[in-house]
Amino acid sequence: MMNAGATTRSEQTSGPAPSTWVAVCQRAELGVERGIAALVDGQQMALFRLRDDSVHAVQQRDPFSGANVMSRGIVGTRQGEPTVAGPMYKQVFSLRTGACLERGSYEPVDDSADLRTWDVQVLDGVVHVRAPHNGSVEDVKS
Amino acid sequence: MTSADQQRRHLVVIGGGMAAQRLVEALVARDSDTDGRWQVSVFAEEPLKPYDRVALTSYFSARDADELTLGDPGLWDQPHVRLYRDRKIESIDREAQQVTDRLGETWNYDELVLATGSSAAMPPIPGNDLPGVFVYRTIDDVAALRGWVEAKREEGKGARFDRPVRGAVIGGGLLGLEAAGALKALDAQATVIQFGTHLMDAQIDLGGGQALKRLINDKFIAVRTDTVTQEMRPSRRTGHVGRLDFGDGGRLDVDVVVVATGVRPRDELARDAGLAIGERGGAVVDLSCHTEDPHIWAIGEVACIEGRCIGLVAPGYAMAEVVADRLLGGQATFPGADTATKLKLQGVDVASFGDAFARTEDSMEIVYADPVAGIYKKLVMSDDGKTLLGGVFVGDVAAYASLRPLQGSELPGDPSSYITPTGSGDGLAGLELPDDAGVCSCNNVSAGTIRSAVTEQGCTDLAGVKACTRAGTSCGSCLPLVKKITTTELEKVGVEVSNALCEHFELSRAQLFDAVRVAEVHTFTEIIDRFGYVPEGAADAGRGCDICKPVIASILASLGNGHILDGEQETLQDTNDHVMANMQKDGTYSVVPRVPGGEITPDGLLVIGQVAKDFGLYTKITGGQRIDMFGARIEQLPQIWRRLVEHGFESGHAYGKSLRTVKSCVGSTWCRYGVQDSVAMAVELELRYRGLRSPHKLKLGVSGCARECAEARGKDVGVIATDKGWNVYVGGNGGFTPRHAKLLAEDLTSEELLRTIDRFLMYYIRTADRLQRTAAWIEDVEGGLEGVREVIMDDSLGIAADLDEAMSRHVGAYRDEWRAVLEDPEKLSRFSSFVNAPTTPDPDLAYASERGQIRPATPQERDADEDLIRPVLIAGTTLEVRA
Ligand SMILES: Cc1cc2nc3c(=O)[nH]c(=O)nc-3n(C[C@H](O)[C@H](O)[C@H](O)COP(=O)(O)OP(=O)(O)OC[C@H]3O[C@@H](n4cnc5c(N)ncnc54)[C@H](O)[C@@H]3O)c2cc1C
Ligand code: SF4
Ligand code: FES
Repeated sequence: MMNAGATTRSEQTSGPAPSTWVAVCQRAELGVERGIAALVDGQQMALFRLRDDSVHAVQQRDPFSGANVMSRGIVGTRQGEPTVAGPMYKQVFSLRTGACLERGSYEPVDDSADLRTWDVQVLDGVVHVRAPHNGSVEDVKS
Repeated sequence: MTSADQQRRHLVVIGGGMAAQRLVEALVARDSDTDGRWQVSVFAEEPLKPYDRVALTSYFSARDADELTLGDPGLWDQPHVRLYRDRKIESIDREAQQVTDRLGETWNYDELVLATGSSAAMPPIPGNDLPGVFVYRTIDDVAALRGWVEAKREEGKGARFDRPVRGAVIGGGLLGLEAAGALKALDAQATVIQFGTHLMDAQIDLGGGQALKRLINDKFIAVRTDTVTQEMRPSRRTGHVGRLDFGDGGRLDVDVVVVATGVRPRDELARDAGLAIGERGGAVVDLSCHTEDPHIWAIGEVACIEGRCIGLVAPGYAMAEVVADRLLGGQATFPGADTATKLKLQGVDVASFGDAFARTEDSMEIVYADPVAGIYKKLVMSDDGKTLLGGVFVGDVAAYASLRPLQGSELPGDPSSYITPTGSGDGLAGLELPDDAGVCSCNNVSAGTIRSAVTEQGCTDLAGVKACTRAGTSCGSCLPLVKKITTTELEKVGVEVSNALCEHFELSRAQLFDAVRVAEVHTFTEIIDRFGYVPEGAADAGRGCDICKPVIASILASLGNGHILDGEQETLQDTNDHVMANMQKDGTYSVVPRVPGGEITPDGLLVIGQVAKDFGLYTKITGGQRIDMFGARIEQLPQIWRRLVEHGFESGHAYGKSLRTVKSCVGSTWCRYGVQDSVAMAVELELRYRGLRSPHKLKLGVSGCARECAEARGKDVGVIATDKGWNVYVGGNGGFTPRHAKLLAEDLTSEELLRTIDRFLMYYIRTADRLQRTAAWIEDVEGGLEGVREVIMDDSLGIAADLDEAMSRHVGAYRDEWRAVLEDPEKLSRFSSFVNAPTTPDPDLAYASERGQIRPATPQERDADEDLIRPVLIAGTTLEVRA
């Protein structure tokens, strides 16, 4: 799913294994209801901080265009579910589960239309992420 | 010629008018389904492609003959169709099956169709050949009339008093009233001289005629009924027509006379060929449109069918369809004439259908009249009061479109409920038309066809239904009904036709705009708390979405709420506005600095060139006369803009639903034809409206003379120089459905021009729907273009001062958005690639090189991974980022 083969120029020196918590940034660096990208151990993710100060992490790659842009989508809600809209072709994804809720007439270029998610924890104002047991989105949704 | 071509039979059509166009269109559409049996030659006396004569009066304002062209002009480029323009046919040789054209060339035919229409009748009044006496039938007639009135106006200006041009129209029928309206539109006075007892006496009864006279007088058009014109006398000074003398001894001084007393079928060819001619003229045909000669047909106004010639387009179209069908082996017959009519005079509503004079035996008339308001409505019913036979509507034609298709069927309920003011709404709302009821008579479209366009063809809006069925595409009088049927049907199949923006707002964009403006709220949170829709069982309306947030961002920007990235506004911005650049397919951006009017110095070009080179960007000239630089990464945008701003460039708003560019030609400063300085005007307009947020992108254009090199009429607002000032056209666009802009006002001074455009844009911004471009918006405004004109030129809603004030606030508050970002570290911090690695480029970006520049690598190239160009950090450009 992620483009793991690509060369990375991470300023983060080789990080800990992805299944442990990794500190990414200060929560204060995240704008409310806006996303920003993060590069963690060579993987690109999009972090979103909501009005209730919760932080969500989904993959940065837009499955419908293949571009790394999800952090630049509009945050909102669909029937109460927090969502982000793909900035390229406006599909809507759940920020909690990564599931694609609205795809219009588009087909994903990737294998899955859903976004991968990471667990997020904020400790002392610092945002930490952890990949859930390399879980697929299906696992997360259930 | 291939052998297939040799086997084609040759169809010759005489006359290139409305009926001929429909015949060829129908034949070609269906003939190509078979293997193509016909070679078609159309001989037209007029020099233009077949045009919409019904809309002839609009030529006064449009002045562009192309706009009247009927149907798809490509019809005449089809391989087996030839249109010979300016090629009158002089004779028919039935024996030899040949026709001879005005150049003496002869042409063989297998089948021949007469579609020669009518000519305007000229009554034998002495003086009817004086200069200044016109008929009203062709584009040439209209152009000549217009030229004459304009020349007379100039003469009047030279005189001691600035006296208006005095016009008279002889004939008070449909055509005469339309001509009188045209004279008024040319700023001439108009008096209608009617021989009969009342206006439009062929269509409506005396009661209706009296109500109509009141409405016509309200338009400052004088009416004389029961009046015989005895003579037209020349002015002693000029020899031009100068006075009308009437049978009752009265006189009228005139500068121009339009004669509209009826039409005569152009049956001269048929007569000479010895074909049967009707009592009152016209080539006699049977219900298959055959004349007595098995190879000669007649359609349109020249055909005498069921014993008479019909001066309306709908029956002519029906005949054309019959002949097309028969030529392809079908058995269609003429379905009978639909003689419903509607007057096309702005602000005067008259319509009639069916047995308007209650000539059916024992029929009953039900009349509602309000003489003060100038309203007269009549229904003609069968003797038992149940079946609708006809109707007359003056002053209020709301019921016409719905009732006309019901002619001949039983009306449910009390007939009077359809025409009395209190009843009319209810009666109509409940009406369900049978599938076979004809809705659009111009194009012969039934209610059932419109319904199946929705249910079977999947049309989801009025525009789709129009394109798919052709309903409403000619005279437009059926549009309200087409819209109503379409909406009802859409609702039935469950398509939401509410104007709610999205699940968060039940309001339309225009309603929300007003709500925000009046309530003076300034943030998204306040707006959704106050106006958001809270579903049952939910605690609040939620937090918006990618539909409503950008709309609100645009509304807040239009109302002047500071920088678009200030505070909460930042979270509302759509993909491009969000970083003030245009996202491209690989997630990088393009950058477009403003180049007002397309005017740029060599130094400016060098700056852009150098910036593009330093940042490795792909460059391309845009259609809006500026330069687009592609491949800029999000974290590079501030650095690029710092360079541009330092050299005096500012944001071009290429990313916004906002003013894009004002395109211009070089104009009078250099061009040897130019009459005004189009570049200076374009620069002024662009600087005035830069940064203006709108429901959709806005483009303007300015041309320095009528040659129109700036293609201004393809823009939302197009300005074209005249020797007296500027003409302004509105509602043009390119794109998926290109539109030509239509004339809004003429010969404006520069100051008037600015005011007119100010109001036009502000009115649009306030009332248009989300993503509705100006063309569609104008169609939606009540009264269409005329309605828009009344609001902004005549201030009919009393909001002009408010619009002016809103625009001057915009102009005063403008600041360059990019400069403001560069000065604000908080905003700058958003432009980082990664929160934890702010200057690291997206590692997945890869480019190939093509024609000396970069472009995003294709997936195949990525897989092969040969020689791709990968982004590199640009040295020395670390940005201030908040820790
Ligand atoms: C101002 C105006 C408003 C109107 N409004 C309405 C309306 O609201 N509703 C309505 O139903 N109708 C209206 N009409 C009438 C409508 O335009 C006509 O019914 C329709 O155009 C008839 O079509 P046609 O093809 O029979 O004739 P035309 O459109 O007149 O075409 C005939 C063509 O044949 C050409 N021709 C004639 N003789 C020859 C020859 N020997 N060789 C070659 N070419 C020849 C003529 O030059 C002409 O171009 C209006 C007409 C006018 C003038
Ligand atoms: S529109 Fe007129 S002024 Fe402008 S370039 Fe063309 S010819 Fe010259
Ligand atoms: S009735 Fe004229 S367009 Fe439909």
